[in-house]
Amino acid sequence: MTAATFTSRPSATEPDGTVARSHRHRAGPLRYLLHAFLIGTCVVWIAPVLYALYTSLRPYADTAKHGYVSVGGSYNLSNYTTAWNEADLPLYFKNSAIITIPALLITLWLASMVAFVVARHSFKINLLMLMIFTAGNLLPQQAIITPLYKLYITIPLPGWLSDSGHLDDSFLGLILIHVAFQTGFCVFVLSNFMRTIPDEVTEAARVDGASEWRQYRQIVLPLCRPALAALATLEFTWIYNDFFWATVLMQTGANRPITAALNNLTGQFFTDNNLISAASMIVAVPTLVVFFVLQRQFVSGLTLGASKG
Amino acid sequence: MSSITLSPPRRRKRLMRYTKRDRAALSLMAGFPLLLSLAFVWLPALATVALSFFNWTGIGGLSDMKAAGLENYRIIFTIYPEFPPAIEHNLLWLVVFFVVPAPFGLYLAMQLNKQIRGSRIYQSILFLPVVLSLALVGFMTELVFSPTQGLVNNLTGHAGQNNLIDWLGNPSLNIWAVLIMAVWRQTGYVMILFLAGLKSVDPSLQEAASLDGANEWQAFRHVVWPALRPINIVVVVVTVIESLRAFDIVYIINQGTNGLQLLSTLITANIIGETSRIGFGSALATILLVISLAFVLPYVYITFRKDTRS
Repeated sequence: MTAATFTSRPSATEPDGTVARSHRHRAGPLRYLLHAFLIGTCVVWIAPVLYALYTSLRPYADTAKHGYVSVGGSYNLSNYTTAWNEADLPLYFKNSAIITIPALLITLWLASMVAFVVARHSFKINLLMLMIFTAGNLLPQQAIITPLYKLYITIPLPGWLSDSGHLDDSFLGLILIHVAFQTGFCVFVLSNFMRTIPDEVTEAARVDGASEWRQYRQIVLPLCRPALAALATLEFTWIYNDFFWATVLMQTGANRPITAALNNLTGQFFTDNNLISAASMIVAVPTLVVFFVLQRQFVSGLTLGASKG
Repeated sequence: MSSITLSPPRRRKRLMRYTKRDRAALSLMAGFPLLLSLAFVWLPALATVALSFFNWTGIGGLSDMKAAGLENYRIIFTIYPEFPPAIEHNLLWLVVFFVVPAPFGLYLAMQLNKQIRGSRIYQSILFLPVVLSLALVGFMTELVFSPTQGLVNNLTGHAGQNNLIDWLGNPSLNIWAVLIMAVWRQTGYVMILFLAGLKSVDPSLQEAASLDGANEWQAFRHVVWPALRPINIVVVVVTVIESLRAFDIVYIINQGTNGLQLLSTLITANIIGETSRIGFGSALATILLVISLAFVLPYVYITFRKDTRS
């Protein structure tokens, strides 16, 4: 509440605070200026998305005739149905699901175990482990891709797991690199969170003879539900949004997740900006669900990691 | 690395010993994920450095590797024509990220932290680009800056044949089109981080400052800014890392060529291009790795050192 006292005061020299209080109730001219500024910024910010949405609803013939920044012609969903059917988008959504869901679950599972060891015990190696995981997550992917790619094309996999017979070009390969990379961030966040759970909670169970695994599984993990929900939202978005790993490690176009597949499909199926807009909108749908429904979780996942910093 | 030997004092030393089973369980719980991280992140990182001293087409076995000493680095720094523009663009990216999204994100966060009507709506709109993938931002860059069909040229009347501005094809312009869209996404990210930081600033301190007659700037300078220190460190790290990682947008537009070269695209081109030059690509990657570690290692060190002391 008190933060409001700082708003719209040209000179806050009055030491008695009366001006400040009155401003909480009555909007001054500066407050209107602030709103004007924020509205202007928001209009600019949402313009690209609205433009893509608007373009996607117009047939190419109409935009060709009237121009892209124009009103007129017909508005329909034909670009969406064309994009969906011709480019076989359901296939790529399926690929995304095959990669994202297991990667997400395994990441959270592994990270929660590491966090339990690091945050609930005082082994000397804990600090080093935290550093290894956190720093690993912060490396640019391109800094490790060259040997990783060589590693992937040398590790053999049975044919039913991989078209190439190796770890590259396989769903498993992509899942593995997502897990290895993202575990770092989740360990960091979850260990911060687990540290806030009082010692007494597990102490009682320990006295009763509960094993470490049971303490993790039945006591600590259930208490971490809010942090896990936040991380799941965030990691879902990040893994779904991945472009680099899929582009380099998955050569077969038909096996790519949708975020990376869109790049191939452009030029091949999506020849005009109307179709590209529609396809972009379709690809954005899962992340827009996060935006509209799970925004709170997404933000708290981001800031759980940051606020500890 | 001396801090590793400090065991966290804040947690009570356990008097009880672990049973064999517990020991095994804990080792597995931490050991398996650690192994994964070492095998798929840190081993490749080390191998990157090692490979940079060899020449290797990647075809054939390890026997085809030829020791090259510092030759790859010599080529990169002297005659490789793509390297200076790539470094230049990465630096430009870094500078722009520090100059625009960081202060603007902070400013927006400060405004939205005031109890103003509609704050949540403003926040959501500014935050929207953050959930979109960078690849998608690449496509939006094409939509917005497309010469004839794009929003910008059509709005400013430059879409005609006579005064066409080729935002994506002109090698001295396209990096700016890309940066505008990158800033578009980064600002919301930074804003959210700062908003979280501002929530932790004790409001009574600000109240006290304003009662003492501090104006908005003074209160910010002496109360808010010092309290934001931990978040500032995070924002610096995020800014640096995101500029070094920059890849998706330029790769979508032209695979990082013709005015859009970045270290990351050069590395990628050298391994998945037609002529795969593993050693040379690794030398480029090593440069990227060293620059990142110069920021990442002090950051994790400071973060966790503080952790053990508190």
